[in-house]
Amino acid sequence: MTGDLPMDDLRDLYQDLILDHGRNPRNFRVVEGANHEALGHNPLCGDRLMLYLAVDEDGVIRDAGFQGSGCAISVASASMMTGMLIGKTTEQAEALFSILHAACTGQDAAQPTDSAQSEDVDRLKALSGVRNYPMRVKCATLAWHTMQAALKSEKKVTTE
Amino acid sequence: MPPDVALSPAPADDIEHYRADFPILSHIIHGRRLAYLDNAASTQKPRCALDAMTRFQERDYSNIHRGVHELSVRATQAYEQARACVRRFLNAERDDEIVFVRGGTEAINLVAHSWGRVNLKAGDEIVLTVLEHHSNIVPWQMLRADTGVVLRVVPVSERGEVRIEDVRAVLSPRTKLVAIAHVSNVLGTVLPIGEIVRAAHAHGALALIDGCQAVARIPVDVREIDADFYVFSGHKIYGPTGIGVLYGKHDLLAAMPPYQGGGGMIESVTFEETTYAPPPGRFEAGTPAITEAVGLAAALDYVSGIGLSRIGAHEDTLLKHAEDALRRIEGVTIVGQAPQKAGVLSFVMKQAHPHDIGTILDRHGVAIRAGHHCAQPLMESLDLTATARASFGLYNNIEDVEALSEAVREVKRFLG
Repeated sequence: MTGDLPMDDLRDLYQDLILDHGRNPRNFRVVEGANHEALGHNPLCGDRLMLYLAVDEDGVIRDAGFQGSGCAISVASASMMTGMLIGKTTEQAEALFSILHAACTGQDAAQPTDSAQSEDVDRLKALSGVRNYPMRVKCATLAWHTMQAALKSEKKVTTE
Repeated sequence: MPPDVALSPAPADDIEHYRADFPILSHIIHGRRLAYLDNAASTQKPRCALDAMTRFQERDYSNIHRGVHELSVRATQAYEQARACVRRFLNAERDDEIVFVRGGTEAINLVAHSWGRVNLKAGDEIVLTVLEHHSNIVPWQMLRADTGVVLRVVPVSERGEVRIEDVRAVLSPRTKLVAIAHVSNVLGTVLPIGEIVRAAHAHGALALIDGCQAVARIPVDVREIDADFYVFSGHKIYGPTGIGVLYGKHDLLAAMPPYQGGGGMIESVTFEETTYAPPPGRFEAGTPAITEAVGLAAALDYVSGIGLSRIGAHEDTLLKHAEDALRRIEGVTIVGQAPQKAGVLSFVMKQAHPHDIGTILDRHGVAIRAGHHCAQPLMESLDLTATARASFGLYNNIEDVEALSEAVREVKRFLG
């Protein structure tokens, strides 16, 4: 091997934040009292994650967690996403997905709508390295698509 | 039999000069020399096969059969010569036992649809193994939905072997077909197909062999194997996509109804009645992949000229080197340790998911495949969701193996 070129290039994809969340995923758990859940599955790579959301009557996500297996990118994305979602409204969650989607596909990212989001936007940008790896974009967006599915399909939760 | 010049295993570098016959291999990928190790998915094409197709299209091309003009005669001859070439390659008895299809997948679908629907009824059994490619599972499931046949599945041992006693254990008077891979596309396991075919026949069942991973590295003699059906894809043996082969014993094919209706497969058509052409035309409705058949024949002549035993021995040497090199890397587990392996090296790493391995290797110019390799039931039986898979071809060399092992070390440094 000569030169560090491949590794420099790969650093853009595997940024420290991604590597950290990939190795030590946060919110890697079943959420008690979750009233929305969905299974995200990428049949091409076999990535599979179960997402749990607890949303209150005001549409605020009170808790979020996930379990499953996948590559460093998809696990990091799910880990970062669940952290971001807690305390957000479902509208804010959708807005974050739009920002992530734009960042991952090389479009002009939408501007954060409030200051609370700007920190999230910076973190989401850590995932934007996938735009140079077309086959990996789905890894970064799997958790977010799963979130959309979970919000749409309400799970009947009984308290008995 | 294809001419096999060298009978003893050749040293790994013996056929290395054939690498120069493959134009794509001299290309630089991500600034690196290309180590193409994705041959189980598809192989690259030698100049002679590319040239044969270009020459044919420039000089001899037309639609085949029934044309009275010169180009149609030439094209028909080229197409039928390609069929004869495949017949020699498989050592089949007759040219009309060779049906051109789009690939291994279509060949299996053809047998399921044509032979299966006429000959099988509810309660009849088809025997498969856990390690089959989806293309040798799904067509039988579709047949099951239509006819009520039962699928019996032979397990795979921890090392990745299919044991003949496990096959015998599921055979019964209800067994009508045993449909199995010759070589596993995930584990590299070479199945004891001779024994399996004999066991199937002893129970009055037919045997279909999926040879997609075998033909480019193991000499195949369908009469010696006594296979009833043998299928393979052209693009996995240095030929083009869109062309593949169904070999079927003459009497079986002659008794099978058509697969698709259309031009080229009839004897005569009136609105009251249509009589079908004999095989293989009966199964080749519509204009076939004429140019691709010519390309496939050129590729088969090319590998036969080198000698499949030499190619197999060369790949065995590389596989062994690669396994030794990867075993020395802490965290790497080789998936599939059958004593008889060919061409394929699957592995997983403690430190990295197969997709991350694939991406990092790619940036080092090493092309491998990561995923379930269209064998999800096998993955589930191994308790894996994916593997990284390096697979070898005649043009690979020790440099490719070194690039692989060095890049895997980089994965460990990077993600470990």
